Amino acid sequence: MLGALASQILQVAVALALAPLLVGWVDQCRAWLSNRRAPSILLPYRTIHKLFVKDAVVADNASPLFRLAPYVVFGAMACAAAIVPSLGTALPFGTAADTIALVGLFALARVFIALAAMDIGTAFGTLGARREMFIGFLAEPALLMVLFTASLISGSTSLPTIVDTLAHGPLGIYPSLAFAGVAFTMVSLAENARVPIDNPATHLELTMIHEAMLLEYSARHLALLEWASALKLFNYSCIGLALFVPFGVASGANALAILGAAPVLIAKLAVGGALLALIETLSAKLRIFRAPEFLATAFLLAVLAMLVKLLLGA
Amino acid sequence: MSIGTQLINLFAAVLLLLAFAMLAQRRVVSLIDLFAGQGLVLALSTAVVAYTTSQPHLYQSVALTVILKVFLLPWILHRLARKLDVRWEFEGLVNTPTTMLIGIVLVVFAFNLALPISEIASTINRSTLGIAIASVMLSFLMMIVRRKAIPQVIGFLSMENGLFFAATSATYGMPMVVELGIALDVLVGMLILGVFFFQIREQFDSLDLKHLEQLRDEQLARRAPPGLEDLAKPDRELPPETTR
Repeated sequence: MLGALASQILQVAVALALAPLLVGWVDQCRAWLSNRRAPSILLPYRTIHKLFVKDAVVADNASPLFRLAPYVVFGAMACAAAIVPSLGTALPFGTAADTIALVGLFALARVFIALAAMDIGTAFGTLGARREMFIGFLAEPALLMVLFTASLISGSTSLPTIVDTLAHGPLGIYPSLAFAGVAFTMVSLAENARVPIDNPATHLELTMIHEAMLLEYSARHLALLEWASALKLFNYSCIGLALFVPFGVASGANALAILGAAPVLIAKLAVGGALLALIETLSAKLRIFRAPEFLATAFLLAVLAMLVKLLLGA
Repeated sequence: MSIGTQLINLFAAVLLLLAFAMLAQRRVVSLIDLFAGQGLVLALSTAVVAYTTSQPHLYQSVALTVILKVFLLPWILHRLARKLDVRWEFEGLVNTPTTMLIGIVLVVFAFNLALPISEIASTINRSTLGIAIASVMLSFLMMIVRRKAIPQVIGFLSMENGLFFAATSATYGMPMVVELGIALDVLVGMLILGVFFFQIREQFDSLDLKHLEQLRDEQLARRAPPGLEDLAKPDRELPPETTR
């Protein structure tokens, strides 16, 4: 029990520490792919540090909700990091919350950040909040369907059990998992404000979604939100890795196994981050009214995955 | 599950995916390529069935499928598309996300329909029957929602692909005579439809099939509102011959 608790704490700590590094790595790959000089991989850490030492400025008409939102969002993402098995599957938290609760945690963060964006009453914030909810309500069913497909295969909605089943089950071709994998990639691009839906590198365009909601924040609040969005990317990557490349995840609370799982996780994240940068470089940003088509395709693939699983049993 | 069954299941799933991709694809050239891809997957899946169950006659239908559906028909279609100069088709009768949702409903229906049949069948790939029926229905849906002539014909051809797949999964394929007959039918049908495309375009200046609904004889044309009269005139000016 004590070992499980230690692995739980270690995993959250690793997620908190590595999340900005993943963002830095993706940015670096993006810069290389577009023939630019890459910023340092440590840039996100420096940004967060810089923001933490600054003095916070809050608009006069901000309600307490505005100050509260960054902590809620960060807390939700940290909780999610405790549920997703990235290093090992011996997670005391994992039994308390299953995949549906995980989707709920993401939804909680989304609702709070949208409310906070509307709180000040500026045009940009409201616009960003409305678009975020629009994308969210289309992406969430697709994400749930992907997770249900994995649950059907392993017979449980708890993520650690799913990963244990998939990692140690018989090797085979799972067409349903392939469909679900593509659908999950599309959903994570949309949810993490990545290129086909939103551009994470823009602050000055009418097309921005995620950045529009953070415009009114400064200093420590902004730092927390930046860190939370890095954590969100990390969590989604870990869910994807856990469902579709579950090899190398430690199954017990054995300290050695967990230490051995860390380099595997970092290697998988490095490959995943490079692939994400490649997808982002190769695709053009979609018009916002094209987003339903993109996410409907993701939903379709996820439902097909589930139906194929029911029909073929694989 | 043996590796053969797994491969058959994989190909069946890819076939279903291709059927949906064809439903969503709006560029005519890509649509033809997807159709060729569907033929290829069909041939691969049939080859795996032939190998695992050692049924030599299935290899003949594999060869027929490859020649006809991967090379000959796509080649004819590409030529037609180039000659008729059709590249794009804009939104069909129903918008794409709605078409997809209707498609999912059809797939659920087809899977349920196939369940009792595949329980009776004794083939190793009986569970893919649902996918075969689903791809027949999806092609049907494509013929319904598309306005232009070429996508409708591709829908018709891919429906034949679905039927072929259904035959393979339920009874290891049809007798050779029947298969040859169908292949010849499809080929001749394609050639006749090719001639038909030119006729449609000469008559209406477009391949949009909604004009066909406005055909009416002289008597009806006189009663029609004035705006429709010029469309109903039988002796329209023919387009210049240079395009042929």
